[in-house]
Amino acid sequence: MSGCHSKRCGIGNDELDFLPENIRKKVENHPCYSQEAHHFYARMHVAVAPACNIQCHYCNRKYDCANESRPGVVSELLTPEEAVKKVLAVAMTIPQMTVVGIAGPGDPLANPDRTFRTFELIKESAPDIKLCLSTNGLKLIDYIKKIKELDVDHVTITINAVSPETASKIYPWIFYNHKRYRGLEAAKILLERQYEGLQACVENGILVKVNTVFVPEINGEEIEELSKKVRKLGAFLHNIMPYVEGDGTAFQKMGIKPPTPQQLKEVQEKSESHMSLMRHCRQCRADAVGLLGEDRGQEFTKDKISKLEIRYDPEFRRAVHESIEKEREKLKKAKALLFTNTKEENDITVLVAVASKGGMLVNEHFGTAKEFLIYEVSSAGIKFIHHRKVTPYCHGSISCLDGSDILEDTISKLSDCKAIIAAKIGFEPRDVLEPKGIQCVDEFAYLPIPEALAKYYEKYVLNKETVGV
Amino acid sequence: MAMYINQELCISCYACEQECPTKAIKFSNRKFEIDLRLCVECEGFYEEQQCVAICPIDGCILKLEELQLVFWKIYRN
Repeated sequence: MSGCHSKRCGIGNDELDFLPENIRKKVENHPCYSQEAHHFYARMHVAVAPACNIQCHYCNRKYDCANESRPGVVSELLTPEEAVKKVLAVAMTIPQMTVVGIAGPGDPLANPDRTFRTFELIKESAPDIKLCLSTNGLKLIDYIKKIKELDVDHVTITINAVSPETASKIYPWIFYNHKRYRGLEAAKILLERQYEGLQACVENGILVKVNTVFVPEINGEEIEELSKKVRKLGAFLHNIMPYVEGDGTAFQKMGIKPPTPQQLKEVQEKSESHMSLMRHCRQCRADAVGLLGEDRGQEFTKDKISKLEIRYDPEFRRAVHESIEKEREKLKKAKALLFTNTKEENDITVLVAVASKGGMLVNEHFGTAKEFLIYEVSSAGIKFIHHRKVTPYCHGSISCLDGSDILEDTISKLSDCKAIIAAKIGFEPRDVLEPKGIQCVDEFAYLPIPEALAKYYEKYVLNKETVGV
Repeated sequence: MAMYINQELCISCYACEQECPTKAIKFSNRKFEIDLRLCVECEGFYEEQQCVAICPIDGCILKLEELQLVFWKIYRN
């Protein structure tokens, strides 16, 4: 990989434009690897891998909440056979689902039999579905051959440090070669195995994305170096994710704080000069189903699937994908006409929050939005920064915050944005948001996001009345 | 001699079941149990009890005699 990693060169503006044609083909319909694809294509994780071989300070395996089917909740665990049935059911109900991943709830490669059996069965019954794997990397080198054999061509390795000293603050122990290792010794083995695994994947033509959990006071100083290192070893995408505080985790007990959106943005900007970044990750659960921003897992519980009669129809899926591709092509062409792609002097750059529920459209109301997509807009074009999760304003009763507290919380999360663009914004939030200097714009409802941003920029930032699109 | 799984703490992650060299750990009636007749505490196989070494929950798997000691202390007090 070489050349310009700035997202501002090139009209396509998708992170993947710099990739060689053959690799781009592999990832262009993968919602986790292509920022643009994630507006159109869905993914699912099948929870077949409960065992784990390391302990991370940000993870609590005991955690069990009625609304969350995270690690250890056995009722949601699937056998390989159940997993395939679920995959086929989702594939026919949500035909835009192109990717099945195994990400836990433990580590896939600490459950090799269940993991590979699941991949084998999916490959047999739905060969058009892409397979991926997300691992801590400890056992990766041991299974490279198997991974390649099964055409699992996307592997994500979570690497959180460059130095063993830093790694030892994140991992209290690992289980390796029939032994529990602790402290620096464990950290050294794990890092070595992770980087060797990364290299082995690259040598075997397997695409590698590296995930890093950004914990400011623990590994904040090492992230930039980590970006450089994984790029040098041949990873093609780096996903720097904010540490999410989990109940009962060691980090929570130590009082370690998650990064603010601004801290995350800063660290991403530093790394971006070295390495292509994934910015649209939603840190989904090990059993998530649907577009990245949504989770439709509840529609596909074991109980519901067991009653289904499924006929897998690849032709139907192909037709759906074709119409998505036509739509994408149209949007790409339209987008190319929107911006001048040249940075003008005294150019104004603004951050804008957009409410969308998919399809790359402004199609979500302010009050029901669970997240906002943050874009940086200038006359040169738009650049996706990241998403920010919020509590929907219209569901005041579901949490301990009441309506105005929720609004305060949303405002604090969007305080650096110049405007919110949504399909609808009510009078009440408007009256609170606008005095704080956040414009509320709903006149571009249902337009594609790039077009809405271009029109907003012309009209409200450059103060021109007409837009030549 | 044998190991014992504390059902209150177990999260049913299957990690121990896979590592057991004598296949003494079984999942039945929605819980994991160690067959006292098969468990040899990994003696002759590994230095450490594999189930304890990989279990993510501290104190979930104990030696039976450790457990007896705990009960005995409670009883005495």
